[in-house]
Amino acid sequence: MGYGQTTSAGLDTTFAALADPTRRAILARLASGEASVSELAKPFAMSQPAISKHLKVLEQAGLISRGRDAQRRPRRIEGRPLADASGWLEGYRKFWEGSFRRLDALLDELKTSGKKKRKPRAHRKRGNKR
Amino acid sequence: MNNTGSLKISAQGDREIMMTRVFEAPRRLVFEAFTKPELVKRWLLGPPGWSMPVCEMDVRVGGTYRWVWRHDSKGTEMGVSGVYREIVPPERIVSTEKFDHAWYPGEALGTVVLTEQGGKTTLTQTLLYESREARDGVLQSPMEQGVAASYDRLAEIVAAQLAGGN
Repeated sequence: MGYGQTTSAGLDTTFAALADPTRRAILARLASGEASVSELAKPFAMSQPAISKHLKVLEQAGLISRGRDAQRRPRRIEGRPLADASGWLEGYRKFWEGSFRRLDALLDELKTSGKKKRKPRAHRKRGNKR
Repeated sequence: MNNTGSLKISAQGDREIMMTRVFEAPRRLVFEAFTKPELVKRWLLGPPGWSMPVCEMDVRVGGTYRWVWRHDSKGTEMGVSGVYREIVPPERIVSTEKFDHAWYPGEALGTVVLTEQGGKTTLTQTLLYESREARDGVLQSPMEQGVAASYDRLAEIVAAQLAGGN
């Protein structure tokens, strides 16, 4: 569910950027330290322009940024959008867990009140009594 | 995938997310808890700190529903609306689901199926998205990729950056 704190446009961009396995691998590589485009291209057996395309998507999603070194232009990972994305899913799970725990309690209550009302268990039709 | 307590969330096929949960109650009661607004309001609240100021439900085929939650201290709101497509007491509810600020394209079609055995009810809730991309977008999270090592580091970096007030 929404959990309001993050804009949906931001999450859309984040998820779209994360949907690609190469981009996830690039992020994983950058998680161990910043790297230049050519350093990133090596392990992927991809051309630099192809890698650059992926980097552009990641950059636009705010997942990576460029370092100060003017020659290498190293890319580095940005944590915030990732934290938002995973925070969202975590929120989804928490939402249902919290809700279902309450539902457990409510069902217990309904069972108890049902037993009281329904005694004796005659052939009572629905809507007979509220 | 997620399996905390008895709640299970998993991907199903290309476009679905499935969630299952067992309740210690006959399905007649679970069905009531899902279809009577005065009952829904009492449990569909998410984690502590949220309330449900709007809970409007016209539970019949073609009827609409509107739910809004509010975080009591932060004041953030989230709303969802949809249309009931099938109502089969006490076993099946099919409805569309569209969040005000959806984070995936299109709307989802939700199906709740209740099966009862030995006084216990198994709830299966399926959400069918319009595309694989939408579904994957909902499920995708670097923390859950299982590509363990590097993502664990990623998580550490994220945590460190957040702790640093980034």
